Amino acid sequence: MYSFNYRRVSSVDEAVAALGKAEDGKLMAGGMTLLPTMKQRLAQPSDLIDLSGVGALAGIKREGNRIVIGAMTRHADVADSAEVRSAIPALAHLAGRIGDPQVRNRGTIGGSIANADPAADYPAAVVGLGATVHTNQREIAGDDFFTGMFDTALEDGEIITAVSFPVPEKAAYVKFPNPASRYAVVGVMVARTGGGVRVAVTGAGPSVFRVPAMEAALAKSFSAAALDGITVAADDLNTDIHASAEYRAHLVGVMAARAVAAAG
Amino acid sequence: MSVRVTMTLNGKEVSAEVEDRTLLVSMLREKLGMTGTHVGCDTSQCGACVVHVDGRSVKSCTVLAAQCDGASVTTIEGLAKGNTLHPMQEAFRDNHGLQCGFCTPGMVMSALDLVARNPDPSEHEIREWLEGNLCRCTGYHNIVKSIKAGAQAMRGGK
Ligand SMILES: Cc1cc2nc3c(=O)[nH]c(=O)nc-3n(C[C@H](O)[C@H](O)[C@H](O)COP(=O)(O)OP(=O)(O)OC[C@H]3O[C@@H](n4cnc5c(N)ncnc54)[C@H](O)[C@@H]3O)c2cc1C
Ligand code: FES
Ligand code: FES
Repeated sequence: MYSFNYRRVSSVDEAVAALGKAEDGKLMAGGMTLLPTMKQRLAQPSDLIDLSGVGALAGIKREGNRIVIGAMTRHADVADSAEVRSAIPALAHLAGRIGDPQVRNRGTIGGSIANADPAADYPAAVVGLGATVHTNQREIAGDDFFTGMFDTALEDGEIITAVSFPVPEKAAYVKFPNPASRYAVVGVMVARTGGGVRVAVTGAGPSVFRVPAMEAALAKSFSAAALDGITVAADDLNTDIHASAEYRAHLVGVMAARAVAAAG
Repeated sequence: MSVRVTMTLNGKEVSAEVEDRTLLVSMLREKLGMTGTHVGCDTSQCGACVVHVDGRSVKSCTVLAAQCDGASVTTIEGLAKGNTLHPMQEAFRDNHGLQCGFCTPGMVMSALDLVARNPDPSEHEIREWLEGNLCRCTGYHNIVKSIKAGAQAMRGGK
């Protein structure tokens, strides 16, 4: 790892000020992506600004018909939260299947979505449940947050403070995990909400995407059979050592049908 | 830059001057001489480096020492009471849960985090929990048996 200055801050304002002063500062949440990237010398920040001391950023609360999760909330705490398990079991299920226990003990929802790995799980929840991303500057609709591979709508120096999820009527997340890392080769979140049905796919393409044809079919009849014959084109999907684009396209259909069945 | 990191390590306060970029595992092994925690991969995959920070298992190759300033850290060295092994360590010995022993400190520390959350884990739950711990020797079977037996011993034999 290249050398850098480490600093732990205790408020969002302090983090903003520290970022402003640093030559090339980076926020650190759980460090589960950032530190491995720095060890590989793929990133070389001058300063690491550790958000773990910002108490206001961690925690889960229910506000009316929404579950609000602070950016620094660890995956393990989302998975274990009684509030999340009762209101949005699909979200607790998703968080409890990220990586391994030690990754879940450190990794955070804010770090995961800021990183926007194409194979990460949380993007499927943010888009599939129609969440809102709250930052120190504004609110961003989940649908507008992910803009490409490792790319988001966040501006330089913008800090995610929380993600709020409307409670769906029903939802389920099913993934085909990479057997080594547990990242999603393909993961699908299906949700029926007051505003319609959402189907969000992670792992398959450069960034999470919705499948309007599946959403329309499920709005008519919320059953796995309703998805029969609906396919996604392999053209824009990822090919890597784990799976070809064609295989991923196939998995989207299989995971979506399983998610509908699991949502019940 | 360098920082002074002070932590409670296995119940005792320790302090060392480290670089900002020093990993927790490097501080433990190189500054404090606690070599029970191993480095297998250094890429957050293998779990040989698992220790507890404030009661939760973490991969100490993927945590900065500076992040642990003020924290309470437990390593494999902190488990035995004098010459008496911790029941989980004893269970690994009794059940042949190790061969070369390289992965064992991480396995034991990971297992203790599981048992703290779930005092009576099923075989399936143990296998799922070990997702982040790799063993190149045992084929896992005896590790799973050891953890089941260790959990039982910790429940007082029930
Ligand atoms: C072995 C292993 C297996 C894994 N398996 C999975 C898996 O199966 N599924 C999955 O989804 N993920 C997986 N991950 C990734 C894991 O979930 C990470 O925790 C996550 O991607 C990053 O979260 P973090 O809190 O560690 O963020 P960090 O690594 O600290 O930060 C990541 C990025 O986000 C930025 N950032 C952090 N917080 C904020 C904020 N509040 N506002 C703005 N920017 C911010 C940082 O500057 C950095 O660029 C795995 C990781 C490892 C090491
Ligand atoms: S050495 Fe830390 S996970 Fe392998
Ligand atoms: S006993 Fe040798 S790696 Fe597990």
